Amino acid sequence: MSQHIVEFKNVSKKYPGREALHNVSFTLPRGKVIGLIGPNGSGKSTALKLMAGLLRPNAGQVLVNGEIAGRPTQHQHMAFLSDREELYPFYTIGETLAFYKSVYGDFDLAKAEDMLKFLQLAPDQKVGGLSKGNYGRLKMVLTISRRVPLLLLDEPLSGLDPMVRQTIIQSIISYFDPEQTILLSTHEVSEIEPMLDMAMLIFNGQLVALEDVETIRETHQQHLVGWMSTAVR
Amino acid sequence: MVEDFNSSQPIYYQILQRICRQIVRGEVQAGDKLPSVRELAVQSGVNPNTAQRVYTELERLHITETRRGQGTFVTEDQSQLQSLRDTLKSERIQAFLQDMREMGYTDAEIVAGIQHHQQSEEGSS
Repeated sequence: MSQHIVEFKNVSKKYPGREALHNVSFTLPRGKVIGLIGPNGSGKSTALKLMAGLLRPNAGQVLVNGEIAGRPTQHQHMAFLSDREELYPFYTIGETLAFYKSVYGDFDLAKAEDMLKFLQLAPDQKVGGLSKGNYGRLKMVLTISRRVPLLLLDEPLSGLDPMVRQTIIQSIISYFDPEQTILLSTHEVSEIEPMLDMAMLIFNGQLVALEDVETIRETHQQHLVGWMSTAVR
Repeated sequence: MVEDFNSSQPIYYQILQRICRQIVRGEVQAGDKLPSVRELAVQSGVNPNTAQRVYTELERLHITETRRGQGTFVTEDQSQLQSLRDTLKSERIQAFLQDMREMGYTDAEIVAGIQHHQQSEEGSS
């Protein structure tokens, strides 16, 4: 088992006309909750999709759990929560769970059912008829119930009301396995700050900082939003 | 979230302070069992590693003890609890005095001010 769950070696990613990430290198430790923060268009989603194997770097190497990202065995190493709506609308919640169980051998059905109760989702509801908040909760259930070392959450809180955001945050804390690494991108920095071990700040396609949140508080006497605005100035 | 944390102190330290105050106030008593790491994490909206750090520190300060397989308990050693009471008291007094002295009050004025305040509180109640 490699020491780091994620390793970027001189990674660049270009889209037509624009470079999303420029020569970025870093490693992420195992068993931490890490917030990926930065303004819109700074490269957060690109970084997550490179780890998920959904994008290939133009230069450099992305390793997840010691293996190059994008291989067919990728799904053994990570689960990815997309910011898009991509579940089948004609399934019920219960059928969606069964479908996930059939696709992913590592899917923990008992945990998923437990989480449904915690989040007050009824298994017989149709996915197509779910409110935005319940859809967001369901996606969280499906991701956290995967027994994989890395969970990638792309904007799990965006567009949801404060009540829903709070239950989603609580469900993450209650149900994730401390041996897993969670990397989540978000704009709601102050809301997730108490649950983070580390913060990773990306700006203009560059990694600006990767630090322990408690260190930021102790040495800079600042919370994350303040630290973030000083760091990108 | 469930709790607000100020920005200048580490989160684990703020939770630790809160638990110490609960013990001093008697809300949590000697020998009481504290919530599990995961329960504390969910209650406070922090991650389990932070909650674990709170318990590690509490144990290092001899305020709690861990019993294998049973959880974390407030110590039954009364001398430890008394010294916690004394520490919190002198910390608050020190902070208050420093604040007052910075504003230029003499110690005599401060003492007189406290007595005066106390009397007017008694009078109004």
